[in-house]
Amino acid sequence: MGGMAAPQVAPVETPDTEEVPAFDRPWVTIVWDDPVNLMSYVTWVFQKLFGYSREKAEKLMLDVHHKGRAVVSSGARERMEHDAAQLHAYGLWATVERS
Amino acid sequence: MSEFRRRGDRYVVALAPDEVRVLRKVASEVVGLLTDGFDHSDPVVGRLFPEAYPDDAPGAAEFRRYTEGDLKTGKIDQAGAVLAALPEASGEVALDAEAAEAWLRALNDARLAMGVRLEIKDGTDLGAELDVAVAADPSSSRVFQLSVYAYLGYLQESLLNAMID
Repeated sequence: MGGMAAPQVAPVETPDTEEVPAFDRPWVTIVWDDPVNLMSYVTWVFQKLFGYSREKAEKLMLDVHHKGRAVVSSGARERMEHDAAQLHAYGLWATVERS
Repeated sequence: MSEFRRRGDRYVVALAPDEVRVLRKVASEVVGLLTDGFDHSDPVVGRLFPEAYPDDAPGAAEFRRYTEGDLKTGKIDQAGAVLAALPEASGEVALDAEAAEAWLRALNDARLAMGVRLEIKDGTDLGAELDVAVAADPSSSRVFQLSVYAYLGYLQESLLNAMID
């Protein structure tokens, strides 16, 4: 992905309080299947946004496609909201929930 | 139909007059949808701005408050990048990496919007849909919209392939 511009998405405002310890990972970002997004595009977005290998990104894309949804990242709630907002910027259907 | 190819550090496509007209129309429609026509009750807006917390209305509202402005600006900007790069009538479009990504995302937004209007479902066979629509009325708006939708997917995929290569 060298030479690509960074996604033009401002981070979600993160409050200083309510820090979640790094070992505590109670939130997940979920991507849902939709009939429009191209499979190749979804794979590319996962690679670009999360730095996943092509293999991992493809597996996640196929999980979304076949199972209807897949957890694409996990961590602190604010981080997951940031991920969801970026996925929305790419047109993917993403939600956040407690794992 | 034209497709994108890589030439040096550019992504290049030669567009026919019909293609320029269609791309100008769909990009303008996305801008219209996100500006004057912005309406949360429109299912297209619902698809372009998904609820981050479908089961938590206050959480969803707060997420939207923090993210929607930037998301909307980004989508307007990427549709604007398509309009800015289009030739007057026909001819070559040559995109650098940044513009190529904006096009990729804008084409996707346009397809998402059309997909909602056309009620595209998982497993929808575009060719079969088009056959049915043509048999009903070859000059119908649905025939045109389905053709445009198929074209945008083709163009988006060709751009992505050129970027990945």
